[in-house]
Amino acid sequence: MESSQIIVLAIIATSLATFISRFMGALTSEKVSVNSKIFQWFNCVAYSTLAALLGRMIIFPAGVLADSDLFIRTAVLIICIIIFIVSKKNLVLPTLFSAIILSILN
Amino acid sequence: MINRKIFFQGLKSLKGSRSPAIPLAACFIALGALLKDAGFNLQQSAASSLFTYALPGQLVMAESLLVGASIINIFIAVWLVNFRLYPMTVSLFPLLEHKAQPKWKYYLSCHFLAVTSWLIAKEGYKKIDKKHRIDFWIGIGIGTWSTAILMTIIGHLSADYMNKDMLIGLAIVNPVYFFCMMIGAMKNLSISIAVIGGTILGPLIYIVSTEWALLFAGLIAGTVAFLFGEKNGK
Repeated sequence: MESSQIIVLAIIATSLATFISRFMGALTSEKVSVNSKIFQWFNCVAYSTLAALLGRMIIFPAGVLADSDLFIRTAVLIICIIIFIVSKKNLVLPTLFSAIILSILN
Repeated sequence: MINRKIFFQGLKSLKGSRSPAIPLAACFIALGALLKDAGFNLQQSAASSLFTYALPGQLVMAESLLVGASIINIFIAVWLVNFRLYPMTVSLFPLLEHKAQPKWKYYLSCHFLAVTSWLIAKEGYKKIDKKHRIDFWIGIGIGTWSTAILMTIIGHLSADYMNKDMLIGLAIVNPVYFFCMMIGAMKNLSISIAVIGGTILGPLIYIVSTEWALLFAGLIAGTVAFLFGEKNGK
């Protein structure tokens, strides 16, 4: 198979694999009441799955981030969280700083 | 059909001191450059963000292609990393549900579900009248989704002008933004345990199984957090 065909197939496979979870979620939501315990459980699982993904992105990153030092990545994260808290939850400042600090330290 | 005022209120979440535009731009520019590296042309890169719009899955796809994985393997790997979208949808959509709204809105707009839009919607839905929350969500979704596609195109076009240190700088922005948003969301005991537990378990289980780490870490930490919340009245 040509490489361009493989890329198109990969895009289709990736999009389908992603949409399944979203669509199943929309269907399940019709049966879940906001006040139910199952909703609370889904909420906790959603937050922890997301946190797991973020923890993994910092400790075992994919892509270019893997070429930076683990200690530096963690330090940048902690500095930016402090900026976030000190700046009364401004999100633009810590995100801008993160790119600048990592580019310099790396 | 769609309440215009509420829709624009959602769209406007792109502006201001809590804007997601910078982290979205940073990570999708980095993705555009990476996809070019993996042999994608401009149209293919844009199509990937248009139809998938879930960064971790797109990263998995690009890396799997580079090591020559089969399409079936790519499908499974992406499904596992993007399965988080299922609990995320179930923990958001019931909040947006209203009988007066047609179902197609929910079925189509679930495509906008990604970490950024989810965190913004979770933070802002209370301010919106129940009847129009889905239109607020569609506004957030269209804003973040179109930013992602545009930035993928810019990343692809500017790939040759960026060096590796710049790309690494761009790649850290997204996890930093998400971590800040999550810390902002830690308003009760169970969510705090869920976030801290997930952050620790995610990388820990990853050492044992790269594919199943997210699923297991999410289930274990989430269930523990839920039980804690139940026991202590949140």
